[in-house]
Amino acid sequence: MSEIPEYIKNKRVIREQHFYRGNAACPGCPIPKELDLLLEVMGKKTVLVVPASCTTVIMGDERGSPSPVPVVHSPFAGAAAIASGLWRQLRMRGDTDAQVVVWAGDGATGDIGFSALSGAAERNENILYVCYDNEAFMNTGIQRSALTPYGAWTTTTPAGKREFKKPLPFIMMEHKIPYVATASIAYSFDYQEKVKKAKGIQGFRYIHLLSPCPPGWRFDSKYTIEVAKLAVETGVWPLFEVINGEFRLTSVSKTLLEKRKPVIEYLKLQGRFAKLSEEDIKIIQEAVDEMWEYIKQLVKK
Amino acid sequence: MVGNHAVAYAVKQAKPQILAVFPITPQTTMLEKLAEYIDSGQLKAELIKVESEHSAMASIYGAAVAGARVFTATSSQGLLYMTEMFYWAGGQRVPIVAAIATRAIAEPWSIWDDHQDFVSKRDAIWIMTMAENVQDAYDLTIQAFRISEDKRVLLPVMIGFDGFILTHTMERLEVLDDETVDMFLPKRDYNLIDFNDPVNVGPIVTPDNYIKYRYEAKKAMDRAKEVIEEIAKEYEKISGRKQYGLIECYMCEDAEYVFLAMGAWVGDAREAVKRLRSKGNKVGLVKIRTFRPFPKERLVKELRSVRGVIVFDRAYSFGSGGVLANDVKSALYNSGIDVMSVIAGIGGKTVRPLHFEKVMEEVLEGKRFEERWLYE
Repeated sequence: MSEIPEYIKNKRVIREQHFYRGNAACPGCPIPKELDLLLEVMGKKTVLVVPASCTTVIMGDERGSPSPVPVVHSPFAGAAAIASGLWRQLRMRGDTDAQVVVWAGDGATGDIGFSALSGAAERNENILYVCYDNEAFMNTGIQRSALTPYGAWTTTTPAGKREFKKPLPFIMMEHKIPYVATASIAYSFDYQEKVKKAKGIQGFRYIHLLSPCPPGWRFDSKYTIEVAKLAVETGVWPLFEVINGEFRLTSVSKTLLEKRKPVIEYLKLQGRFAKLSEEDIKIIQEAVDEMWEYIKQLVKK
Repeated sequence: MVGNHAVAYAVKQAKPQILAVFPITPQTTMLEKLAEYIDSGQLKAELIKVESEHSAMASIYGAAVAGARVFTATSSQGLLYMTEMFYWAGGQRVPIVAAIATRAIAEPWSIWDDHQDFVSKRDAIWIMTMAENVQDAYDLTIQAFRISEDKRVLLPVMIGFDGFILTHTMERLEVLDDETVDMFLPKRDYNLIDFNDPVNVGPIVTPDNYIKYRYEAKKAMDRAKEVIEEIAKEYEKISGRKQYGLIECYMCEDAEYVFLAMGAWVGDAREAVKRLRSKGNKVGLVKIRTFRPFPKERLVKELRSVRGVIVFDRAYSFGSGGVLANDVKSALYNSGIDVMSVIAGIGGKTVRPLHFEKVMEEVLEGKRFEERWLYE
């Protein structure tokens, strides 16, 4: 066999799979890739705790799983608590280097599982909680969640959601846990850097990962990365991390404090925002600008 | 010791690694005792101070999956809030032990005793045992760990004991020494988290196979009947105290009519039987110690020569009937034995031996009824 050319290696085209293909994810779904990138960093001695969500399906049935690491399934509201018991027992039995990762959707995180999440954060349980946020109950067929953004169409907000997205990363920041970060599949190095940092920290760590959903957000499956990228570039989804209370912007978000692409560039790619009025778009733009004013203050601290 | 402390003491001797308990009356003093044992180093375990009962069961489920011996306790609303995880743990057939200080369900609010909370979990794939007194609660707790972890069973086990009537009542208690408990409870051998052989714990199952998992659970529940009796016998040897695995028959041999009940008021029924016997009546008592699996075969055998059974229920299936009474009727189907149902003690309403006596006397005089509420 001929040697793999250096330029291909550098582009990371050839690499080991850390989450196997042939799983049940929809075309264009970022979840398998997100898990692959996560497990590349976390390693084999990781347990995934997965509450009811798209990933429940992606993990396969009794005949096989695409996960190379143990998976413990959880009902909707139980993941953070199951993980709490798991890591303590793993430590108790001597597996002190094992990692417990909750891999939960936005509904399981910000709605029904919020009590367990907040409780585990308050107790500073030694777990990494990743919320892959596709901004609605996608697995049940696109129903609004607390994390669905203003104006978005879902099957339960046919005229567009009238409330704003629950600001979960900031809420978790206020829990004063050792590590909080946001991430995006379009910025995979930034994402993996954050997972790496989280892995090296003891205590409760939280990463909030914006995960565009082609069928739920109503865009063609080839635009997943494009949509994710525009979410960051327009400032709708700022990339940052908070280490022991210290806030800092990361990746391209560092350059967006003063100037960002208008939100319409992000919104117009997605069918779920097709019926927005001019007024709605203005409201969304103002909300984003307001959030950045808040971020400015956090950066100054 | 009071009941809550007796169970806590048994838990300490069983040496679980992970506990998670959320406070609720009348269970709370058990949680406090456990926290004390852990703080003082008498029990080397972690007590997760969870934010809800749902998380209590979820966190010990997580620990149990990774190989820990685990314990939780709750009551009433707490048990209802735990319901989803209760079924989850039962469906996965993970060894877990939970103590339920029984209490009425709101609303209206009541902190007093009945069995409505306990029986609400009868289809959650849990073995369900019920104590008559503080000694029973202690003995059952030790045996529960052994039953739950038995390879022929592998099912979670719950111990019911009446709120306040047992949880807060001081009774004389004989305890085993720690070495004896260690011998009775071998090191737990159950673990699903192996990094070299990763498994998917509790995934989606296709319709072709789901029913097979449930059928396996049914078989485990059936097997448990024998295992419970076997473990009770062994416990009897090490404790020197007579143990009744599934049911206890008290003065049943020549009885024409018997009471059937579970929980603390079995003591009152026992007293009533003594009084009635002293007046020359052929009466007896059946105590249900294991509610699930329901000891159908034993009942049929023990009751074959009685004329009638008066079932005392502290819980009711609305629109149907007394919960125990329904089970007894089903077990005695076609036997020709009269099954009469008494609903009493709901929400802590006082029931004394006199109440049992009075109902029995009427039956002995020839009165028959299908269902009767003692609400006055």
